[in-house]
Amino acid sequence: MRLAALVENLQKHYRLGGDVLVRALRGVSAEFPEGDYVALMGTSGSGKSTFLNLLGALDRPTSGRYVLAGHDVSQLSDDHLSDIRNQLIGFIFQSYNLIAQYTVLENIQVPLQYRPGHPPLSSRDVNHCIDLASSLGLGDRLDHRPSQLSGGQQQRVAIARALINDPAIILADEPTGNLDSATGAEIMQIMRDLNEEGRTIIMVTHEPEIAQHARRQFYMKDGVIAGEGIFPG
Amino acid sequence: MIFEIWRTLRLGLKSLFLHKLRSALAMLGILIGVTAVIWLVALGEGVSYQAQEQIKELGATNIIIKSVKPTQTRSSGSGGLVVDYGLTRNDFDRILAIPTVERAVPMRTIRRQARSQGRTVDVELLGVTQEYMEINRLSLDRGRFIEDRDSAIPPDNVAVIGSEVVEKLFPVGNPIGQTILIDEDFYVVIGTTKNRQASASIGGSLEGRNYNLDVYIPLATLRARIGDQVMTSNVGSLEGELVQLSQITVTAKDFKSVEETAEIIEILLAKYHTKYKKTPDYSITVPKELLKQAEVVRMMFNILLVLIAGISLVVGGIGIMNIMLATVTERTREIGIRRALGARRKDIVIQFLAETVLLSAIGGLLGVGLGLLCGPAITSVKWLMNEYWPDVIVALPRNIANLEPIIANWSVIAAFLISVCVGVLFGVYPAVRAARMDPIEALRHE
Repeated sequence: MRLAALVENLQKHYRLGGDVLVRALRGVSAEFPEGDYVALMGTSGSGKSTFLNLLGALDRPTSGRYVLAGHDVSQLSDDHLSDIRNQLIGFIFQSYNLIAQYTVLENIQVPLQYRPGHPPLSSRDVNHCIDLASSLGLGDRLDHRPSQLSGGQQQRVAIARALINDPAIILADEPTGNLDSATGAEIMQIMRDLNEEGRTIIMVTHEPEIAQHARRQFYMKDGVIAGEGIFPG
Repeated sequence: MIFEIWRTLRLGLKSLFLHKLRSALAMLGILIGVTAVIWLVALGEGVSYQAQEQIKELGATNIIIKSVKPTQTRSSGSGGLVVDYGLTRNDFDRILAIPTVERAVPMRTIRRQARSQGRTVDVELLGVTQEYMEINRLSLDRGRFIEDRDSAIPPDNVAVIGSEVVEKLFPVGNPIGQTILIDEDFYVVIGTTKNRQASASIGGSLEGRNYNLDVYIPLATLRARIGDQVMTSNVGSLEGELVQLSQITVTAKDFKSVEETAEIIEILLAKYHTKYKKTPDYSITVPKELLKQAEVVRMMFNILLVLIAGISLVVGGIGIMNIMLATVTERTREIGIRRALGARRKDIVIQFLAETVLLSAIGGLLGVGLGLLCGPAITSVKWLMNEYWPDVIVALPRNIANLEPIIANWSVIAAFLISVCVGVLFGVYPAVRAARMDPIEALRHE
């Protein structure tokens, strides 16, 4: 069994103005095999957002180790972290985070713009984007702007964008938080399909029903993983 | 590489187009700055060109010696208030003897009233010799100029009159052969000069002198008919001046000997003009020095203009920076998204820098366009004023009315380059600020 991601004794401390030290993560260890689907749960302040940011290589841990697809990314430089995010991670956000002035197709292409070395987009790249969009039911929306799409459609664009670089893990932060339950269910179905195709997904949610879609549920409290399974609240 | 630049610029244009008014306003600052540089420098060049042409018209090898009425009036002599000063015929002979002097042309001028057939006009009566025409580059309209034979003994009562004198005294018909009356003497008109624009006066100042109200008579005639002593009544009292020559225009053999000759003349005159110790009763003007002075003035002018224009460009740059800072704040979320999707800090810097450079370069290009319109714009303003307010044009000093802007190539290039540099300079800070943002914070930004 190959590991998509591995964290060992991950700690993250923040220094707030003055001498106030916030220990957001107090030693998190976990293994995420390829094809895993984990829901991270916990109340606000439990450290799940901090954990997700570290998994997303948006930040560096104070101490501990984070190995992503065989690369130790815990102490990389800012530029290398950018490359890691670009090549190994797909993000899906609660509020979609599409670029407003771009069309659907252009939004999906953004990660390709920032590939290391900045190679120009080939027609293969463009076709790949179109295929991906079509597979997510956006085939006839390629020229639309985010403001012309429904929430569910916007989230599909975000999913297509997350997949475009064939990432090692997909990180989803409350992916259905802004959607009604029917649309949310559609998105969750897409997530499940992706997982069944072999994608590794780590999803933050506070809704137990959503968390149930995952194969495993981690419950976080006070900066550590307090347990596995669904806990109420 | 080219593809990347193209992609970056296209991306920048796209973002700028999202906020058309904001981008246009930011551009306007640079546009005005660049236009200001080009226009002001063009006008400055025009002014200095005019000044230099005026000086050149006098002849760069010409040394002009003028009689100057001393400020300390000496009330001595038989006539009471007769001031005896200025250049003498002896001075003229001595100057002519200087080896580096190619030629010296004497002249005497008096303000007089000329009359003919009931019409009168105030004129400048000049006693001249044949060379006067060449030295002052007068051109004849009709007839001939004063010649040496007119100064025979006894000298002839002949006159050559300027174009305005013709208009005022002989509005119809041919003035040649007609007579004009000055004081108690009649003069036969033998020639008329062409209308001529004002030019630098014969003397130190650059103010224009109207050649069109001149009446030229032979120097010998003036001496015979009017004499050296001229009485004018001034507030009830009679004042007199005793002047032999008003001006001597000396032409040096070549350009290099101009200053040397001027020095010799200075020494020579100082030796004989000891009557007025504090202020000499003559002045020596070397146009070559004026040329140099004009060059200095032009440089000072340009420095001033570049300063003014530079300030307006900096103001434009600050405007751009302000807009870009606002843009960066507004697009914090977008920056966060791009960073999350793999953009390096450098990519963000380049993205925002490209926008500012585009803003300032487009503003600069438009400014160059407007700047090049300087000539036609001034021409059409003049045309409009001629059409609707001819009085204003007439009232304007000729230097201003005839001002032609000269667009300096360097100013166009410099203005454009400065505008782009301003874009880079003022774009760096907002761009770096954008890139320094913590991606997590940026993503959370509402």
